[in-house]
Amino acid sequence: MAIEVHGVSKRFGTFTALDYVNVTVEDGALTALLGPSGSGKSTLLRIIAGLESPDTGSVVIGDREVTAEPARRRGVGFVFQHYAPFKHMTVYDNVAFGLTVRHEPKAAVRERVHELLSLVRLDGLAKRYPAQLSGGQLQRMALARALAPKPDVLLLDEPFGALDAQVRGELREWLRRLHEEIHVTTIFVTHDQEEAMDVAQQIVVMNAGRIEQAGTPHDLYEHPSNEFVMSFIGPVNRLGDALLRPHDIQILPYPDSSTVEALVRRVVHLGFEVRVELTLPDGRDIWAQVTRETAAELELAEGQILAARLPAPRVFA
Amino acid sequence: MSSSEAAAIGPAGAANGGVALPPGASSRWSDSTGAARTRRLSLRFVALLYLLALLGAPVAMIFYRTFEHGIAPAWNAVTQPNAVHAFWLSVELVAIVVPLNTAAGIGIALLMERGRMRGRSLLGLIVDLPFAISPVVVGLALLLVYGRTGWFGNWLAAHGIQVIFSVPGMVLATAFVSLPFVARETIPVLHELGTDSEQAAATLGASSWQTFWRVTLPAIRWGVVYGVVLTTARALGEFGAVSIVSGRIEGQTQTLPLYVQDRFENFDTTGAYAAAVVLALLAFATLATMSLLAKRTSRDTVV
Repeated sequence: MAIEVHGVSKRFGTFTALDYVNVTVEDGALTALLGPSGSGKSTLLRIIAGLESPDTGSVVIGDREVTAEPARRRGVGFVFQHYAPFKHMTVYDNVAFGLTVRHEPKAAVRERVHELLSLVRLDGLAKRYPAQLSGGQLQRMALARALAPKPDVLLLDEPFGALDAQVRGELREWLRRLHEEIHVTTIFVTHDQEEAMDVAQQIVVMNAGRIEQAGTPHDLYEHPSNEFVMSFIGPVNRLGDALLRPHDIQILPYPDSSTVEALVRRVVHLGFEVRVELTLPDGRDIWAQVTRETAAELELAEGQILAARLPAPRVFA
Repeated sequence: MSSSEAAAIGPAGAANGGVALPPGASSRWSDSTGAARTRRLSLRFVALLYLLALLGAPVAMIFYRTFEHGIAPAWNAVTQPNAVHAFWLSVELVAIVVPLNTAAGIGIALLMERGRMRGRSLLGLIVDLPFAISPVVVGLALLLVYGRTGWFGNWLAAHGIQVIFSVPGMVLATAFVSLPFVARETIPVLHELGTDSEQAAATLGASSWQTFWRVTLPAIRWGVVYGVVLTTARALGEFGAVSIVSGRIEGQTQTLPLYVQDRFENFDTTGAYAAAVVLALLAFATLATMSLLAKRTSRDTVV
């Protein structure tokens, strides 16, 4: 179901967590709320779930205005950052919780729980307790628990934040595929732009309690509407007021009318990508991103003087 | 503090410490150099000696003196009608006060940790009052409020309700002195638990009632159980406050501790020791029940 947030503000004491925020999330979309810590993204997620109440504004899920509804009547599945497992219950009882509180018949509960456990690949672990699971398994149990009552929307707060890098990568991939399978409208909060670009179909960039820009990952990267978005999504060079993407800087062996001289300060090999740190004639430092083929052709070395062709810089008023 | 109280609190504290210790907490002591072993052994020795002097010896002496002439005199002493009455009165008080204070204690803990009302710190102070005020003062205060010349005394007497010198007053006194235990044991556990799992229950469709019974209470049960043990021990052993509001009427408002005192004052040491042993056994039974419960639940659950 689509989610609409209209004019939502929230203050905690003197701190403004959200400042008149408007967001629309399409039905069935996988959306990332992306922003630095303190940008209000988690607060927005909790307001959508009904775990916080906004000072002003409204939340609409599908065609229901739910601003005054308590969390339990919103039809929202929520996955907490630290999973919030019920530690005294088995994996089975954790996943069944949302069904047994609704007094669903036992046979139906059993069927649904086993269906979900196999969906999240925890088949054999129904009788385990949360303390006996790894971080990734806990994460998947929390997800199965949230999905059990068939929520209209699924909300995840920093879902991969507490996991180590490898598990995180696997789970990202897996969340994307899960979403393709079940198509529930999903919003997840993250501070990691790469994670947002990797997983989400839509990204909402937040900063200091406001929405900076919303769009597809491609849109945001290619057409950032302001300096914050450009510098938060993808790497940038800053030349005065202008911003340049490092991979838009071309390095050529010979100068021409469109190039400037550049002194190679340092060459860093990062696998496929090579990071070249340059000093321009006016003394400013920038860095360029080239492929290893280019680096090999140019025989890049420290102290070398080359020609750099800078792209038209983007300047945001 | 009566001996039964001390007996009840001591081992319970030790048992709780054992439960609360994370695995590996003792590793600091497990290096096996000679100096460390000596230190460890001497620490054990001092701790055991202290416990023995404080608890073991007095309790053992009571048992010894009770049974030094065999079981018959002791049995006769505790089957006196007044002794039996005192026993059942103490049990009755515990049966009324412990559920009341358990419910009140959990309620107060929830208010303090989950409530948003102002003045929570004031509530915390009030809850601790029974720790700070001498039980004798509590008894006197109750007398002032509910006694014949007290604020409500006349009104209550006019409606045929006698509080002082009868069971209601003793319930009030016992409830007052044993109020803080459940709340004080539950508050830190609630705090530690945090609100995430309760919020998770809410998003899964649970009502506050369902959340409390199915998520919060099971998670804080050890704090509550320990609080209940302490409350029971305190209620069983309470002397000062009950002594004043009960009027110590033999066979009517005499609880087991009052009976012990009464026998002792009347030079009936056999009766006093035998009744004291019964008190101690009641306390042991409470502890044993709780640790049995603890064992069974921890077998079902890995927390």
